[in-house]
Amino acid sequence: MTSKEYRSITQIAGPLVFVERTEPVGYNELAMVALPDGSERMGQVLDSSDEIVVIQMFEGTTGIPKTAGVKFLGETMKMPVSRDMLGRILSGSGKPLDGGPAIVPEDRLEIIGAAINPWARDNPQEFIQTGISTIDGMNTLVRGQKLPIFSASGLPHNEIALQIARQAKVLSGAEDFAVVFAAMGITNEEAQYFMRDFERTGALKRAVVFLNLADDPAIERIITPKLALTTAEYLAFTLDMHVLVILTDLTNYCEALRQIGAAREEVPGRRGYPGYMYTDLASIYERAGRIKGKKGSITQIPILSMPGDDITHPIPDLTGYITEGQIVAKRELVRAGIYPPIDVGSSLSRLMNEGIGKGRTREDHKAVSDQCYAAYAEGRDLRGLVAIVGKEALSERDRKFLEFADEFERRLVQQGREEDRSIETTLDLMWELLASLDERQLTRIDRKYIEKYHPKYRKKE
Amino acid sequence: MGKEGVIYRVAGPVVTAVGISPRMYDVILVGKEQLMGEVIKIVGDKTIVQVYEDTSGVRPGEKVVDTGQPLVAELGPGLLSSVYDGIQRPLPVLRDRMGDFIERGVSAPGLDRSLKWPFTPVVKKGDTVAEGQVIGTVPERAITHKVMVPPGIGGKVDMIKEGEFTVDEVVAVIGGKEVRMMQKWPVRRGRPFARKMAPEEPLITGQRVLDTLFPLTKGGTGAIPGGFGTGKTVTQQQLAKWSDAEIVVYIGCGERGNEMTEVLTSFPELTDPKTGKPLMNRTVLIANTSNMPVAAREASVYTGMTIAEYFRDMGLNVSLMADSTSRWAEAMREISSRLEEMPGEEGYPAYLSARLSEFYERAGRVVSLSGETGSISVVGAVSPPGGDLSEPVTQGTLRIVRVFWALDTKLRERRHFPAINWLTSYSLYSGQLDGWYRQNVAEDFPALRNWAIGLLQKEAELQEIVQLVGSDALPDEQKLTLEISRMVREIFLQQNAYHPVDTYSPMSRQYTFLKLINRFATNAAKAVENEVPVETIANMELRNRLAKSKFEENIEEELKAIAETMDKEFEALGGK
Repeated sequence: MTSKEYRSITQIAGPLVFVERTEPVGYNELAMVALPDGSERMGQVLDSSDEIVVIQMFEGTTGIPKTAGVKFLGETMKMPVSRDMLGRILSGSGKPLDGGPAIVPEDRLEIIGAAINPWARDNPQEFIQTGISTIDGMNTLVRGQKLPIFSASGLPHNEIALQIARQAKVLSGAEDFAVVFAAMGITNEEAQYFMRDFERTGALKRAVVFLNLADDPAIERIITPKLALTTAEYLAFTLDMHVLVILTDLTNYCEALRQIGAAREEVPGRRGYPGYMYTDLASIYERAGRIKGKKGSITQIPILSMPGDDITHPIPDLTGYITEGQIVAKRELVRAGIYPPIDVGSSLSRLMNEGIGKGRTREDHKAVSDQCYAAYAEGRDLRGLVAIVGKEALSERDRKFLEFADEFERRLVQQGREEDRSIETTLDLMWELLASLDERQLTRIDRKYIEKYHPKYRKKE
Repeated sequence: MGKEGVIYRVAGPVVTAVGISPRMYDVILVGKEQLMGEVIKIVGDKTIVQVYEDTSGVRPGEKVVDTGQPLVAELGPGLLSSVYDGIQRPLPVLRDRMGDFIERGVSAPGLDRSLKWPFTPVVKKGDTVAEGQVIGTVPERAITHKVMVPPGIGGKVDMIKEGEFTVDEVVAVIGGKEVRMMQKWPVRRGRPFARKMAPEEPLITGQRVLDTLFPLTKGGTGAIPGGFGTGKTVTQQQLAKWSDAEIVVYIGCGERGNEMTEVLTSFPELTDPKTGKPLMNRTVLIANTSNMPVAAREASVYTGMTIAEYFRDMGLNVSLMADSTSRWAEAMREISSRLEEMPGEEGYPAYLSARLSEFYERAGRVVSLSGETGSISVVGAVSPPGGDLSEPVTQGTLRIVRVFWALDTKLRERRHFPAINWLTSYSLYSGQLDGWYRQNVAEDFPALRNWAIGLLQKEAELQEIVQLVGSDALPDEQKLTLEISRMVREIFLQQNAYHPVDTYSPMSRQYTFLKLINRFATNAAKAVENEVPVETIANMELRNRLAKSKFEENIEEELKAIAETMDKEFEALGGK
């Protein structure tokens, strides 16, 4: 099958190459285009019929002439995987960037992962401590979850991602934990920053890093997350590790998807993005999870920047419909000098209830976080009112809520870039803040928790 | 089996074949692996097939087989407590055959062929029976499964057996035709019935905001649109868990895998409040997550609906939840764009709203062919992009359904759950149901409900003023209105789906709550007239107690105690 080389290219458009009169070629199989200078480029079959075969080139079509030769490899794309990938830095197409040796494969896996049978999935329920209060206390992450960070240009999402990669741990302790970090379309400078940070903090030892840079072919970006997730699946479900996958920046991925869609002259959906973007994103995000009877797990934190800070833009919108919640970074908080600028109000972790409570975090967790949410929302609403009528017009009750919202941001949301708060610290801090309110306003907390954890009663002990 | 042809072209899930001349929507087996697909277009000598599985590696020149049959659902004993994918393959069987991940080319029948079911005939040899008529019964989990004459068959009973049989063994011969306990029905066609009737009974869900303010009927249709994170899925699951239907069909259409897992793990542990048996016993789950093949996602809602219709024909009340119909619409869009059809609004095919209406019209309360009354209530979740309700799927849905539960991001941010907006939601059934409520709950129930709705409406108006001048500027009487409506919101409308007591609120308790708040309001109004400050009333221990009562295990006694002391406590406030 690999022997025959065709010289029957009829058309080259954008990333696509059209070849005539071939043997029957399988859909999604790999093709190799040989350039006159002796170099070779890989592509994938998008459309195959008796008359014409359409190939999508991974590394762009620059420099491909009509006279180039085309070979079909007779198999779909596979990647070599190995335990030794831990500690390595690879390119967006999986080649070593760190000057180390090539990966000696323990196995070769299809990069388009099959869907996990819903029946085989296990409920995500173990708490992952990130050391960041707004996540641990208010939007808890659990193993097997996919929880994206919705950010925007100019916000410190990369720092948050690195802080999570460094600090993430499971309370039960000594299990194998690994991080797979895939960057898509990031600048060289950002890549340097990531590599330095990983090396400086020693996080690299337990990490596999994929870097697709802004000047790499856009098409390569389409494969990078798939390589990362294939690696993660191998580490998790073959080698029994708990894997945290951080993908940044999904917006660049979607741009690449749109670019290819346009080149294929597809009917565009919203804002020019392809109509199948939901399914395509789902094929990435849904590769998180736990499987019954397997020790390992995959947890995902995809990061995306919302174009124009717009949460209704198709990329964050479709993402939000697939992922189990979202962590939203807000520019106003950055302006107020707060790091991490996580807006608790619009953030959400859908699996939080599974991962908190007695035996996981602490029995009062849900009640306290609900109460903080409600109080913070009320306090923030009042800010609008104060802007019109002034603080003096507020009732005593309202003023306390207003102060609560301010303190909440200053003390709970705000924390240091290296500050790793335990869940106990976070919960106690939440109680301290709530103590400033009248006890009768704590309607969402059971009496027994108030008596046990409210600072007023605790001091008496 | 049918005729053979060859593949001419493969582009994703759309495969073009030549050499066969099937009918539209017949099932075609594609390629060496015999992947299942459906005919969606015929052009000249070319047949265009939508394949339910991944087509990677499939080549032109491989063979295709025309089965000569449309996509059918297998109906019979064994459906209950099953978990299927979009084309009725049992997921546990798939896992046994191909491991934790869904590989392709594996077929698995919807009903287990090896299980034997005890069949008791209710007609005898020589009787004349018509299509749809019940010929025997089989005890199956929560129900007595009625075996019906398949549509299209009828006449004299030549032979009928009694005893234990598998679903594909012949149990009777009718009009010269063999009848088995299992029948097959094409999923895209509604099953026949005698006539449709108007719904007249509410579907009680135990969710206060739904049952009291915006009720759905048995046989009615409703939609839950809402941006992500507003609680569509939780609401759907609450309905699946607590609604007083005899059968629940839950379709997870293009949604999250972990969510399905939650359903799969929590349902077997829950018990039906009516029968005390596991909820799974009355449930059929269809799980086609977002990363499973798009074409099977498109088919999943029809598979679910056909199963629902089968139970309806036995005279049962079925509620069907589809989460989410937007994903179904998107699957249509994806397939349509692969066919290079001229798109309508936002890239959706022009036939989108026709398909939506066809689907919701399969709901309803009917008299079946055998003369029994059954119903299907349909609740579809809609996931509008960007929370924008003017998009085509939401609009297409709202034109058909009669109940609209609007989920609201603002409410979600305040952790007001269920985040159903009481100002924009509606139920076109509520007037129709007043009679039922008067008879079965309390004579003054409709009046109380209207009082609550009026109060909430008034609050919204007052809030606008408060936004401008602050609440201190309001007269006491209006301050009290705000306070009472806060009670309605916090005590009555908010309901914690995760709290063991609060998750389900029976109709009688909903009435008691509303009645108590109403009495509190009347007492408070008197107190305010007597110049008791509103703040004193708002801070009453009694109010607090009422707010927390919904979480108490001995809730009924607690409510009784509150009712007994209320008048006294107000007297104690004194005043003028």
